[in-house]
Formats: sequence, C-alpha cells, structure tokens
Amino acid sequence: MRLEYFQLIDRIVEINRTEQTIRTEAIVPKENTIFEGHFPGFPLMPGVLLTEAMAQTSGWLLVALNNFKRMPFLAGVTEAKFRDFVRPGDVLSLTAKLVHDGSGFAITEAKAERGGKPVCSATLKFRVVDFPSAQTAQYMKDFAEQIQYPAELLA
Amino acid sequence: MSSTFDTVANIIAETCDIPRETITPESHAIDDLGIDSLDFLDIAFAIDKAFGIKMPLEQWTQEVNEGKATTAQYFVLKNLAARIDELVAAKGA
Repeated sequence: MRLEYFQLIDRIVEINRTEQTIRTEAIVPKENTIFEGHFPGFPLMPGVLLTEAMAQTSGWLLVALNNFKRMPFLAGVTEAKFRDFVRPGDVLSLTAKLVHDGSGFAITEAKAERGGKPVCSATLKFRVVDFPSAQTAQYMKDFAEQIQYPAELLA
Repeated sequence: MSSTFDTVANIIAETCDIPRETITPESHAIDDLGIDSLDFLDIAFAIDKAFGIKMPLEQWTQEVNEGKATTAQYFVLKNLAARIDELVAAKGA
C-alpha cells in the first residue's frame, strides 16, 4: 500500500473474466503517519481505508470486464463489516465478484482475508463511465502495469 | 394497472422510503417523486433483478440529452412499466 497516493492494492494476483472475479494482495505498511493518530499505542488500519482497498480491488475487476475502455467510480457502500483489527505489516488477500452488471453501473461483493480468516466485507456500487480524460486512462494503464495487471488484458 | 407497475412502485417505495400510496402510474420518478440519479441506480438494480433484464439507462439518458426523447417517456411510471414490458418481451422473443 502507498497510502500517501491512495494506492491501496500492491498486486493483482488473478483476474478471471469468465467467473467475473479478481484476487489482489495488499500489504499494510509497518509505519505511516496515519498510525500516529489512529491510534497512539494501538496502530490500526482505518475501516474506511479497508473499504477503499475493497473498492480498488473491485475497480480493477470492472476495468478488466470493460476491456479497459471504461472506468468505475465508487458510488455506494452497503453491508460493510469489519470483523477483526488490521495492524501494520498485515498481508491482506482481497477478492471481489461482480454481482450485477447494469447500464452504466455495477455492483460487486468484496472481502479481505488475512491468513485465510476474513477481516472485512462489503457490497459496493459503482458508476461505470468513459475515462474522463486521456491522461487518466494513461495513468491507469501505467499503474496497472505496476501492480501486475495481466498483460493479455491490456487493450 | 399492470403488475409491472405494481412491482416497480413497490420497489420505489421500499428503496427510497416513499409512501406507496403516493406513487401512481402518472408519477414522474424525478419531477414528482424527487428520486435522484444515485437512488435511481438502486431502483434500476432492483428492477433488473426482478425482471431479469438490463434497463438501458445510458441509452435513455443519451436520448434525453440529445433531445430525441423526453424524460417523461422513460420516467413517468406507466411509461417505465411499458418499457420494462418491452424489454421482458424482447428477452423472451
């Protein structure tokens, strides 16, 4: 995770377009200013950032399912549950599955596990629109390569 | 009125917490019921699921923006129910 850049996902492990699923990995940094306030003596990964990690995992799935031609933007979070504390240095395995492919929107279910045990889950809603600019599209493609987005899926 | 309208009205009432008795076939989802575009996504999700269709919201929006259609054609509920019936019929054809 590069929290300063709001990059919550370190690596795309697998995208299955047939099953409409994705698996990613995210390593919580051992040190970050966030933990100085959240909380002194008991550093915790904030639930809102775990939600963002699930959203970004879902987002890369939606990018893949739209052949890198459209971009998802988080529009709603429901049924978010945080089952266990996530601490600095934790290695998270995140998964997401497409629940509904609507016209201009999509719904996913996402979750994160640590060592095979669930730590959080949520149902997420996205608006799916054309890339707002060529610069944004290029940035996303460059970043996709950094996090090992499958080369064969890059248009 | 058709069962399609009743299903849609029930979905709107439940999704947007609008009293069911205030929702009529003549109600305009946006102008009369005050449903915004984000809430309408929840309604679209529920309608898609209930009828096994994919409402072409983007196409409808584009037609309205280009002046080829009015919002009433798609968002007055009796008209929305008719569009849904057409989509269901097309799916079964």
